[in-house]
Formats: sequence, structure tokens, C-alpha cells
Amino acid sequence: MSRYFTEEHEWIEVDGAIVTVGITDYAQSQLGDIVFVEVPAAGTVLKKGGDAAVVESVKAASDVYAPVTGTVTEGNGALEGDPALVNSDPEGDGWFFKLTLSDASELDGLMDEATYKAFVAGL
Amino acid sequence: MRYLPLTQTDRRAMLATIGAGSIDDLFVDVPVEARLAGPVAGLPHQASEMAVERHFSALARKNMAAAHHPFFLGCGAYKHHIPASVDHLIQRGEFLTAYTPYQPEIAQGTLQMLFEFQTQVARLLGCDVANASMYDGSTACWEAISMAGRITKRKKAILSSGLHPHYVSLAKTMAKFTGDTLDAAVPELSDRTDCDRLLASIDGETSCVVVQYPDILGRIEDLSPIAAKCQETGALLVAVVTEPVALGAIRSPGEMGADIVVGEGQSIGVGLQFGGPYVGLFACKEKFVRQMPGRLCGETVDAEGKRGFVLTLSTREQHIRREKATSNICTNAGLCALAFSIHMTLLGERGLRDLAALNHAGAVAAADRLVKIPGVELVNQSFFNEFTLKLPKEARPVIRALAECKVLGGVSLGRLYPGEAALENGLVVAVTEVATREDVEIFATMLEEVLA
Repeated sequence: MSRYFTEEHEWIEVDGAIVTVGITDYAQSQLGDIVFVEVPAAGTVLKKGGDAAVVESVKAASDVYAPVTGTVTEGNGALEGDPALVNSDPEGDGWFFKLTLSDASELDGLMDEATYKAFVAGL
Repeated sequence: MRYLPLTQTDRRAMLATIGAGSIDDLFVDVPVEARLAGPVAGLPHQASEMAVERHFSALARKNMAAAHHPFFLGCGAYKHHIPASVDHLIQRGEFLTAYTPYQPEIAQGTLQMLFEFQTQVARLLGCDVANASMYDGSTACWEAISMAGRITKRKKAILSSGLHPHYVSLAKTMAKFTGDTLDAAVPELSDRTDCDRLLASIDGETSCVVVQYPDILGRIEDLSPIAAKCQETGALLVAVVTEPVALGAIRSPGEMGADIVVGEGQSIGVGLQFGGPYVGLFACKEKFVRQMPGRLCGETVDAEGKRGFVLTLSTREQHIRREKATSNICTNAGLCALAFSIHMTLLGERGLRDLAALNHAGAVAAADRLVKIPGVELVNQSFFNEFTLKLPKEARPVIRALAECKVLGGVSLGRLYPGEAALENGLVVAVTEVATREDVEIFATMLEEVLA
């Protein structure tokens, strides 16, 4: 398994043909207390760069974009009742959705953990 | 003194920035035939204040005011008695603004009033949650269709033929720009609604079914079967109430399973006002609240634990979500909502039920009297305070002839559905608590004379 990061502060965990997507610890710290998350339903077809989910904090509402193209296999239902999971465990239990990876080459432009850390440090 | 802050240079700079050659270029979307070619011919330059007042008073006297004659018009706007205290209270300086609060939390009184309004609307319509009002019933109706599209991610709405044609017309205008498909139909002059058509049309592509209750002809349909079919196919049921007083007598749409219930609140506390301003009602099931348009007031506690009010779930609104907002409407009809709330508070649940009973009894008595006129038939067997008659001839000229006799005898279907020959003998008659027995008798006598 390998983990990638986007400039929009999403992380992508690749496990074979399935990828899991969430927002990074940096993103949740910038958003503040998260009060609502809307995740896509299974079966939703997402295009890289298209709207995938909505995350709402006491400060702002933001869209989460699909980092790769694919079909959603599962949205994290736990976030509906407990959106604060995104604050407490953003890169673990606070995942947003899983989708099939239809084109592995879409991962090429993404950052690895060290590169993302450097990217955040430079912000 | 004229105060024009912009110089010609400012104007030119702004026009250049947006790529327009002149101010007139900004109005190219207005059809040529609707534009003025020059000054209006024959318009005098000026007149004294006294002369203008005299002139307009003379013009105003040509109107037949609703309060001056027997009055039976309805079809979406109803003449009810408004207690004098309503007008007195809404004119208090603390309340007297038509506008939504934009620095809301400093105006706790305004927020509390909106909270009470929402509570009343939610209970009246039988829903979990209501917003702090929309502009009017027709815009609320479109907002509901649009909201159903966001929730279901489908774009096909089925409109009942009993939906007010002005509401249909507004929805069609909006749908031109959103790409929604509207399946609309014209009603039949019959006791049967198009419930069967709706049930047969609902499928997996349907975003919502929109049913007016009571409908444009005054008919009352059990919404439960449509709600059940919607549930089965993942569509939403949108109910539209144009006469909220009816809900003091009949089951609320929410109780029958409607997902979104919208309406025109004018009937309660707001005068006819020549067609506006009115107040739109909007309520839905709690699970859909994040897709709801409009302002929403919530109850909370402050740092000291005292009860307080806030505008809540504002991330739905355009000052935060910009183009992703649920609606481009993020205001409300504050003053009319206040009038609604004060009248509703004065009535209370018991008062509303009594008022509804009074309306219904008056309408039943009027229908009984009117069908005694030779050739006049009652179209609907069930109604609240409004019913449709089938006259032995075209209703529109009959209404004009009645107006000559100082009776405003209802709304002709020919006016609402121009060109629909099958409807032209239809006359929709509303009988509220302001219509006396004498009014009904005058109406019946004159109608008999006009039809003879």
C-alpha cells in the first residue's frame, strides 16, 4: 500500500485497484471544528478534479475533489453521525470515500508524504 | 441637487472592463419591442403635488376595492379578516423592516420572531423544519422543485394539473435556465384530479411530483398514495398549499408523507395588497434541511446559558457557498412573515380551527345556494372554502357583467387558462369568513339575472 497527497490537501491510499480518499491533518487543522460531511454514495462515478464530497466546519464549507477518476465503492457512513472524526483521526478513521482506480497513471502527478510535508511547510 | 457619484470617465472605464460599448449594451436581452424608443408621448413634464394627488385619487376611485363589494375571488390570494392589532404591531419601530437581518445576532427580537414563525409554519404544514420564509408561494414552489433535483440528482418533475397555472408558468421560466424537464398538464372541469396520471408517470427518473392541496379548482385529494409511489421510486413529493387556513380543517401534507411542503402565507395576516408583497412558506423533512433554501433561525444558549437565537446552517447560503449555494435567494419576507406570525399567534390552534370551520360552512352554504340557479353545476364534491362551478355559458363575460352589478364573483378559468375551450365555462368561487350571507344572496341573485 502506498499513500499519495494532492495540492488540495487530500490523501489517497492505494490498495490494489481500490483507493481510499480523505483530507489531511493540515486540512482539518485549517478548517477547524468539522460539523458536517457529505460523502458520495456507492456507485457514484467521479471524474478526476470533479466535486466528490463536502466538508463543513464552523468556519467554512469546502468541496473535496476527486483526486482520481473512478466509481465510488463506499462512502464513510460514520462521518454522518460523527463528523468530528475528521478532526480527531483525519488520516485514519476519518476517511471520506473509497473508489475504484480506473487509470493508475493519474497517480503519477501526486506527491508522496515527504514532498507533501515540504509543500505544506512552504505555505 | 443631483448626486451622481460617477463621472463619464468612471463609466467608460467600467464599460471597457466588461467589454460593453455603452450602457444600452447592458439591456440587449430585453426584446426590442419591449424597449422604449424615446420619451413616452403625451406625458406632461411635471405637476404640483396637490394636482398629482387629486389626479391619482380620481384614478383610484375607478377601482372596485375588495372590501367595498361582495367579493368571491381566490385562486391563490384570499381575503380574510386581519385584526387591527396585526397592523398596529408590525408598525412598531423595532419590527418595521421588510428585510432579512444581515448582522443577525444583534437583533435577538427579530430572530426570536422568525423562530416562532418557523415553528408555526412547520406545525401547520406538518413538517420537521421550516425556513424563515420565501418571497411568495410561486417562488417557494420553484425552490422546492429545484431542491428535489439536488437531493435526487434527477431533473424531471411531474406537475399536477391542479397546480396554479401561475406557479407552473414561473417554474417553466426557471426551468429554461436549469435544464429541468417539467411534465405539466391542464386540469379537466371534473371532480376527478389527475392523480392517476401522476401515479402512472412516476418512474426512476422523476425528481419530484408537485401537487397543490387544495388544488386550483378547490379539490382535495389524499396525497398518501402519491407519497407511497414516490417513496418506492426515490422521487420526492412536493405539496403546495395556497390557502393555509384550510389546514385548520384538513390533514396537513406532511402528515400524508410529503417530503417538502411549500405555500403562500398571504391568507394569514397579510392583505391582498394588489398581488404582493406576500410571504412564501417552505418546510421539509429534517433529513433534507441542508438542501433547503433560505434563511433559517435556530435556538441556542449564550455563554451564560441563557436562551438565544442565531441564523444557522448558513453554509447553504450564497454569502458563504457562492455559486454552490442552495439558492440565489438568501433573504426572507420579514415583515409579512411577522404579520403571519402575529395573526397566527392571535388565532392559536383553536382559533385557526374555528376560522377554518367558519370558512368551510360559509362555502358549503354558498355552493348550495348557487347550484339552485338553473344551469349551474358544482364541479367538485369536496372542497374547503373554494369550489368550481360550471356555468351554462362562458364565465369570463359573466364575471364582467357581475362586476357591472358591483359583485366580484370569482375567478373564471378562461382567465387562468386562456384558449382552453373545455374550461371556459368554469368559475372558481372562494367564500371566506368576510363574505356574509347577504353577500352570497346578492351574488346568487345577480348571477341568476346575468345567466337568464
